[in-house]
Order: sequence, then C-alpha cells, then structure tokens
Amino acid sequence: MDQGKWRIRKTMDHFAKITFLSATLFGIAFLGVLLYQIVVDGVGWISWDFFTNFSSRFPSKAGVAAALIGSIWIVLLTGPIAFFLGVGTALYLEEYTKKSWFTRFIQVNIHNLAGVPSIVYGILGLAVFVQGLMLGQAVLAGVFTMSLLVLPIIVVSSQEAIRSVPQQMRNASYALGASKWQTISRVVIPTALPNILTGVILALSRAIGETAPLIVVGALTFVAFVPASPMDPFTVLPIQIFNWTSRPQDDFRAIAAAGIMVLLVVLLTMNLLAVYLRNKYQKRY
Amino acid sequence: MNEAVLKNARNRSTGSQSQKEISRIVQKKRMNREDSIVKSILFLCAMVSVLTTIGIVAVLLVETLSFFKDVSLFSFLTDTKWTPLFKPEHFGILSLLSGSVLITLGASLVALPLGLMTAIYLSEYADDRVRRVIKPILEVLAGISTIVYGYFALTFVTPLFRMIFPDMGVFNALSASIVVGIMILPMVASLSEDAMVSVPKSLRNGAYALGATRLEVARKVVVPAAFSGIISSFVLAISRAIGETMIVTIAAGATPKLTMNPLESVQTMTAYIVQVSLGDIQHGSIEYKTIFAVGMTLFVLTFLINLIAQWLKRRFKEEY
Amino acid sequence: MSIIQIKNVDLYYDKHHALKNITGEIKERSITALIGPSGCGKSTFLRTLNRMNDMIQGVHIEGEVLVADQNIYHEDVNVENLRKNIGMVFQQPNPFPKSIYDNIAFGTRIHGMRDRKELDEVVEQSLRAAALWEEVKDILKKPAYGLSGGQQQRLCIARALAVNPQILLMDEPTSALDPISTAKIEELIGELRKQYTIVIVTHNMQQAARISDETAFFLQGEIIEFDTTEKIFHTPSDQRTEDYIAGRFG
Repeated sequence: MDQGKWRIRKTMDHFAKITFLSATLFGIAFLGVLLYQIVVDGVGWISWDFFTNFSSRFPSKAGVAAALIGSIWIVLLTGPIAFFLGVGTALYLEEYTKKSWFTRFIQVNIHNLAGVPSIVYGILGLAVFVQGLMLGQAVLAGVFTMSLLVLPIIVVSSQEAIRSVPQQMRNASYALGASKWQTISRVVIPTALPNILTGVILALSRAIGETAPLIVVGALTFVAFVPASPMDPFTVLPIQIFNWTSRPQDDFRAIAAAGIMVLLVVLLTMNLLAVYLRNKYQKRY
Repeated sequence: MNEAVLKNARNRSTGSQSQKEISRIVQKKRMNREDSIVKSILFLCAMVSVLTTIGIVAVLLVETLSFFKDVSLFSFLTDTKWTPLFKPEHFGILSLLSGSVLITLGASLVALPLGLMTAIYLSEYADDRVRRVIKPILEVLAGISTIVYGYFALTFVTPLFRMIFPDMGVFNALSASIVVGIMILPMVASLSEDAMVSVPKSLRNGAYALGATRLEVARKVVVPAAFSGIISSFVLAISRAIGETMIVTIAAGATPKLTMNPLESVQTMTAYIVQVSLGDIQHGSIEYKTIFAVGMTLFVLTFLINLIAQWLKRRFKEEY
Repeated sequence: MSIIQIKNVDLYYDKHHALKNITGEIKERSITALIGPSGCGKSTFLRTLNRMNDMIQGVHIEGEVLVADQNIYHEDVNVENLRKNIGMVFQQPNPFPKSIYDNIAFGTRIHGMRDRKELDEVVEQSLRAAALWEEVKDILKKPAYGLSGGQQQRLCIARALAVNPQILLMDEPTSALDPISTAKIEELIGELRKQYTIVIVTHNMQQAARISDETAFFLQGEIIEFDTTEKIFHTPSDQRTEDYIAGRFG
C-alpha cells in the first residue's frame, strides 16, 4: 500500500477527531461559562431575606418568596394529576388493550402532542381553563395547563417502565390465580414504580422551568403575597426571573441571576433524585 | 345451561377428596366488575390526551375564524407590517414569520453541525469512560430552563458580540439565535447518536477490515446508515427552535420586521404571544384574537415539520 | 383414577397448528413427564391445562380439557379459581421483587386471607413443604433476589403450594439450574407426589426416567406415545419414540 497516502488519511482522521472533540467540548464549555457567569452575577444577592421577601421596586428588598411558593404549588398539584393521567394512559395502552388502530392512533397522538410548542398549551389553558371553566388567572388554571403539557412525557416514560417489567412476573401472578387488576396493582406497578417515578420527576422538573405557557395563562409578574388556595392568583420562579431580567437596571439583572441560582438548585435536586432512583432500583430482576 | 352445569358440579362434589376441592372451577361467572371499572377509568385517562389535541385544534380554529371575520386572509398573508397593538393596525404575519425563520436558521447553523459532530465523536471516537462523563453533561444542558438561556443571551452573549459589532442593538437576532442553537444542540446530539449507535457493529467491522480509518468509517458507513435518524433529529430540533419562546422574548426584542439581518431586533411569533399576554387584554378583542391566529400559524407549522420528521424516519428506514 | 382428561384438543397460533388432536389422561397423585424435541408443543400443551395460553394473542383452542370432570374451556369457568387449583412453576425462577415472605403470601393474600397469624402459618408450611424453611427462616423479610437460583426455584414451588393447589404444572423447572440444585428439586418433586398430581415438561430424558410414573412423547404437535414411563423407556411401541429416546434425533 502507498505509504504517503496512508499517512495523509491517518492525519485526516486525527484532525477530524480533534474537530469532533472540540465540537463536543463547545457545549460543555458553554455550560461552564453560563454557570460561572450566573454565580458571579447572583451570589452576592443570596441571603435569608432573599427567600422571605416579596418582589419589590427596590432591588435591596426584592425576594423570591411568592415565586418559590408559587412554583411549589404548581409542582405539588401538577405531580399527582399528571401522574394519575400519565400512568393511567400508559397502563391502558400497555396492559388493557390489544394493539389496534385505536391504540396506534392514541400513540401517534401522544407523540404529536410532545412536539407541540409549550406556548400553544398556554393558549389552550387560556381558552379552556381561564375562560371556559372560569377559573380565572388562578393556580389551578396553571396546574391543569402544566398537567397537559407534561402528560406526553410521562406517558412515554411510564410505557417504557411498564414494558420493562418481565412478562414472566405477570405469568407468575396469573398462575397463582390473580386477576388482571391484582396482577397490575400488586406486581406490575410496584415493579415499574422506580422507573415511572424517575420519568415523572424529570417531567416535573421541566414543568418547574416552563415560563411561556404560564404567562399566557395569566400568571402575574408582580406578586406581593403567597397564594393561600388553588383559586388564588400566583407567579412562579421563571416568571419572576423573566420580570427581573427585562428591567433595565443592572441590580435587577443581578437579582435575576440570584433567582436563577435558586431555580437551578431546585432543578438539580430533582434531577439528582431521579438519577438516584434510577440507579438504586436498576436491574433488580 | 349455566344452572345445569352448576348443579352438575355440586353433585360431583360428593366424590373423592381432591374432586371436592376442585369442584368450584365451573361456576356462574361473576362479572369481574373490578377489572371492567378499572378498564373504563384507564380508558378515560387515555382519552385526556385525545381531548387535548381536539381542544387545541378547536380552540385555535374557533378564535382564528373569528379573527378572519375582522381581518382578511389575504392581508394576513401578504401585508408586510404587523402592528395590531397600535394605529394604523396591520396584520401581516410575514413580519413575525420572518423573525421566527431568521432565529431558526441561525440556530440551525449552530446546532446541526455541532450536534452532528458531537454525535460522531460520542459514537465513533469516545471510549465508554468519556461517554459516561459527557452524556450527563449534555443532559444537564438539555434540562436547563430556557429562561436561564435567555438571561445568558442578554447579559453575556450580546455584550460579547457588541464588542465585534458596536452598532448592534441590545436586542438582536444574532445572540438569540446562537443561544437557541445551543439549547437544541443536545437534542440533535443525543438523537443522532442514538441513530448511529444502532448501526450494527458488523457494518463497521466490514469497513475496518478493509483498512478504513475511523473518519472514513464514520463518513462512508455510519452516517449514511444512520441518515434517516440524523435527518429526523435535525427536523425535530428545527421544530423545537420555532416553538422556543423565552430566549427570543428576552434577547431578540419586540419589533416585528421583515428582515434577514441578524444584527437587527426582530420579533418571533412566540415572542408576540408573550408580549400580548403580558399586557391587560380584553377577552374577545382583536388583540385577544391575534394570539390565536398567530398560535394557529405556529401550531400548523410545527405540526407539519413534525410530520415531515416522522415521514423521513419511515421513508428512509434502514433495513439492517 | 384420572384427574385430568384431555379430549381431542387442537391449538392454533393464528394459522399455525401447534397441537394436533391431543387426547390422554393424567392420573391423580402421579408424576407425568412430557418429553420431546424443542418446539414439539409440550410446553404449549402444559399451558392449556391452566389456560395460561389465554394470555397470548391469536391463540385458538378446540376440544375439551376436563379437570375433575369439568371442562375448563366452558364459558362459565372461573379462570382465577382454576389457576388457584392448578399451580405452575416456570422454567426460569421468577420470584417477585418482594421479600421472601411476601412472595409466599402473595397468592393467599390475593385470595382474601388477611390474618397475620394464618399468613405466618401458610408461609412456614409452604416453605417447609418446599424444603426451604431451614435455609430462609431467619431472612424472611429479605428480598427474594438474594437467594441462589436453586433456592429461588424452590421458593417459586413454595409460592405455588401456598394457595393449596391439587395439581402442579412444571415447565422445565430445572433447566436453568446447576446439577446440585437440580438434584434437590427432583428429590422435592418425589416428596410432593404423595399429595399432588404433577405434570412436568422436561428435555432431560434421565430426569423423566428418574422421577415420572407416566410419560408422554410429543413430536410436531402430536402425542406419539403416552404410557407408563417403564414402557416408554424400555419397550416403546413406536419407532420414533425409540429413536428419540436413543438420542438419534432432537
């Protein structure tokens, strides 16, 4: 073989490797710079008061209390609703029907819903929950909107979790004389639960970061109280951050960075919880 | 018939010990009510997603039709100005559409090559240890809320570019589109990598056996074999970029403009919807209806693109 | 005294004719071995006896299977009750991802037993019957996955016994196990025969010869010969049976 040509090809390969590696590192470097910048901007504003104060016209008095509580309201109510609907749909598709045109239709529909821009869910929520059900710009309207938004993600991940329960475990249950629901509720769901919860947590962490649909539904940008019931107006962390970011004063930009730090810590905690669940219960059977 | 079988069974129960035990196998079938109730509940759960789709289409359609009672479809599609919030009112979707297209184009220029190269590196070059470090980092990148990206675009990327282009405004398409590109990068990388990893080892080994380098294997074997998966990841990422809202709302500005100059401030369809929602809008007013008309345009556009992605995936389905 | 009678059973997977006109009788408190090359239909046949084939889409069955003189394919059959009376042990040990105790108690619980004391008793009795009690009595609350493969299989047998069946179906219960565990399970099966009717699928000819009273030889979905084990292994009437047992095919 021609030695010179081989050397050129080898050099090309080496050059390509470095290029591809640089491309990969670009994304990682970006993440590094982003986190560094946010911490540098925001860390000076993190204090106990920052967590207990409401939004304010004065930078020194501004805090995330209303937004943090609002986000917690949204997650705590969206969680059970989306879990019930999502796991229910997944069980229906995986356990309760034979494959037919109808289940394929539902499946395709769910995949399409996953591709719908989140702001369109906001429009749906505005028309159906805020106006149609006359919930007004309340926590509950936000919760219903968010539940529909994360539903496709939860359905797909729950389906995978349910499918990964070995068939022989179902057989063992049926062979003991268990009915379908007994088999599902006592064998399939408990076995798939860690994986289902992982998917639900990841979906909820998406819900925590969503901004646009809640703006459309009518979450407020300036809230000086904590919502006391699901029918109260509310704001959430990303909207509060958005509000601070869009103000011209530098101080509010820095407060926005502090708000982002709070948001990222919440997201990180949820992601770690999901990874922990996944690793702890992986491959036990 | 049932009664007879039942009686029969009871009569036999005077037989041997074991027959007595088993005699209850045939019995009047109690309708398994628990199972059928559960099934109906689960069916209703499954119907929620169907109703969601119907709801989205119906809501958008009703208000959009009402919008077109006031504004002609012709001027919606051909007018080059979009000024529904002040007089004289213009309703030319092209200005918003061009904003969305400009951002998406810029984002694609960043995300598609970088994403593809990342995918090739991960699937063809990196060893397992490297992959185990890099993939979670990409997952984190994908999991960050877009509001965070928006903040970063406005406070870091824009000042950076203004050192190069001093005339560029605070709000511009350039930094918004680059940051949108980075936001969709992990999606391109991970979906393309999935497609590449599923290319069978035997195809690669065939090429390696002929003395091919890794680059040649990647270029001539893996990428062609995974082509449909790669293209569909591109298309899905593009659809995500069109629907992206907060980055462009924060960093690209609020001036609907028919331009392809990335240094200018533009407004996308999504950013317009946010802008209107932030104000106090009267239910039933023309401003209120514009949300639905723009939303409908956005929905149809992303829906078509997603259909293309699915079609591509089927059309070029590789048979390994 | 036959406890199961099979009358002209045909089974189809969609178009595929998997069992062809099967007829035979299973005697009470005996061990019947089903042998034959893989794919001959012996496992499929075993699953027709407790209607586990109902789970598989596209299965269609004709003919009658009588258990204690009742056709289990009759429309009024309570399938859950049928399966409670006919236990099954599978090829791969398949304990639930629960504790040893909860595995054994699973069946009795779903059939309505709640009382803690009674459950304790059932668990102990079943584990004793499966010769596992001494090994696990101190770790009942530990996950069943901590057990060895052979222990897991005996756990599955104990789990099946806990709902007090009359008949036990075993689908190659030792094929995934090492020789020592296999010997233990065979010994256990020998013990169980005093109280239970056992039907066992095996592809191990020596095992069939060692433990069974009756043997049915399956080939391509048909029963070629069904007789006492003694007869099948020493003086088979069909040439194909003789060839198979001599190891000339399969």
